[in-house]
Amino acid sequence: MTSNAIVVEDLHKRFGDVEALAGIDLEVAEGTVFGLLGPNGAGKTTAVRVLATVLQPDGGRAEVLGYDVVRQPEAVRRRIGLAGQYAAVDPNLTGRENLRMVGLLAQLVRSRILPRAAELLERFDLTSAADRPLRTYSGGMRRRLDIAASLMQRPPVLFLDEPTTGLDITSRNELWEMIRELVNEGTTVLLTTQYLEEADRLAGRIAVVDEGRVIANDTPEALKSQLGSTVVEMDVRGNGRAHDAVRVLSVRLSDRVEQEGERIRITSERGADVLIEALRILDDQGMAPDALTVREPSLDDVFLALTGHHAEDKQEDKQPELATSKGGAA
Amino acid sequence: MSSTAVSVPATDDRDRRIPFGAARDIYAITQRNLIAYRRVPQLLVFSTIQPVIFVLMFRYVFGGAITLRGLPYPYVDFLMPGIFTQTVVFGAIATAIGLSTDVKSGLMERFHSLPMARSAVLAGRTMADLIRNVFVVVLMMVVGFLVGWRIHTNVFGLISGALLVMLFAYAMSWVFATVGLAVGDPETAQAAAFPVLAPLVFASSAFVQVESMPAWLQVFARNQPVSVTVSAVRALVNGGPTAIYVEHSLAWCIGILVVFAPIAVRLYRRAV
Repeated sequence: MTSNAIVVEDLHKRFGDVEALAGIDLEVAEGTVFGLLGPNGAGKTTAVRVLATVLQPDGGRAEVLGYDVVRQPEAVRRRIGLAGQYAAVDPNLTGRENLRMVGLLAQLVRSRILPRAAELLERFDLTSAADRPLRTYSGGMRRRLDIAASLMQRPPVLFLDEPTTGLDITSRNELWEMIRELVNEGTTVLLTTQYLEEADRLAGRIAVVDEGRVIANDTPEALKSQLGSTVVEMDVRGNGRAHDAVRVLSVRLSDRVEQEGERIRITSERGADVLIEALRILDDQGMAPDALTVREPSLDDVFLALTGHHAEDKQEDKQPELATSKGGAA
Repeated sequence: MSSTAVSVPATDDRDRRIPFGAARDIYAITQRNLIAYRRVPQLLVFSTIQPVIFVLMFRYVFGGAITLRGLPYPYVDFLMPGIFTQTVVFGAIATAIGLSTDVKSGLMERFHSLPMARSAVLAGRTMADLIRNVFVVVLMMVVGFLVGWRIHTNVFGLISGALLVMLFAYAMSWVFATVGLAVGDPETAQAAAFPVLAPLVFASSAFVQVESMPAWLQVFARNQPVSVTVSAVRALVNGGPTAIYVEHSLAWCIGILVVFAPIAVRLYRRAV
């Protein structure tokens, strides 16, 4: 039996009227990546903050490597790394100075701090920028340094709160690669994300979080099997034409066809074939879509499948959607 | 179901016996804040230019119009202790700006998740601001000497006066640590500070004699912390009875620290 690095039972946290955590249960096996998937305001960040001893929960229990986050926070802090949503680094310090400060505060032996910093700078490809103040770094470089800082004390458990939000695709892919390397070395990673693709690529298990509750907890494969691999969306505008199109498509396609206003959504396992077939069927009827999108399933599709409603952000200041849903027009 | 911590590989890099661990944490935070002052010199320049302008303005523009009653020394000698004190009072806003910037940037979250002394963030910030104040006040002394300021007592009077200004500066730093953590936003901290500080600095004995003010204002102006500190420093460098003012000023400093340090610490624990 593999042991659990993180155990969460019935965790509650309330901010005024908002119930950020409404009873969360989780178990994360040692040496695995666990993804917390949900929209802004679902409670992902609150959960991570409680686990990282930054916030006190109102109720329930959470343990990291057997240590209680409320009663033994010091023991937890010695074993975790946290890289938050907003790169928590000092913009006035250089990369090396930031790592040195974190090394001191992590109570590392002084003689090991600078070698460890140099090692991490090298690993995160920041050696040439190591002695420049962080304000000159790009967003991707800052994020890498932030994660490097969280690794100074070689934590066996790493929390990554939306590590790739706001990053371009190249930086994101590099970061994914680094996370995989860490896991290969035995680190347990708890990752929050708004992107199904990210959770799918990295995590061995995904918990979907909505309004402070876990609404699904499964392997990515099992979650996606409810979704299909391809989503085709067509807009068919004008007096009831969408309804007619859906009727024909439902009869002749074996895939799931849904209608939402003038938009038709086809979810399929068959990749691009479904698109060709759907267009042929419409063409036979003398119809053609006014707009057409082919993409992979997104968080929103997961939500739609699990809850029947769209993933709604609970915050106004939502970050711009990353290009994880590959939009391709035919 | 929960695991034991047997397989934790994180202990080999750890110094198990750091006798002054908290001191090292405070050192790390102090140094980090001082590097910011060195690397973003405008932080320091703006906290220096304002008092220099005040020296020049009051020495050469308003000074001629201000008549001192019953004092055996010129206006510039009256003015400089007021300048030192108002410099550290306005300078304390930097503590609020620094801490609220850290709250906003997410750095506090990192600090809260590290196995560091809980006291280090506030102690290191106020320590760095104290060191900055030493630098700025020494600079103001040089400016003072250049525009004709002279000491009428001795070097011990000057050192005691400087130490008192530093203690007052440290106490004010904790007031503004509280403000910074309470508002959590540098712009708001700055905007909130001025309306509070202006009456403290100007309705005081820093630039004019309290006797020149209306009677109702004199009660406030005579007893508030800026005035008693200015009067104590003045007595220490210009001569005259010192004990009463120094005692009052020390009482204010200690009182401010006793009230605001616990509030700031409490706010810090909640700040993420």
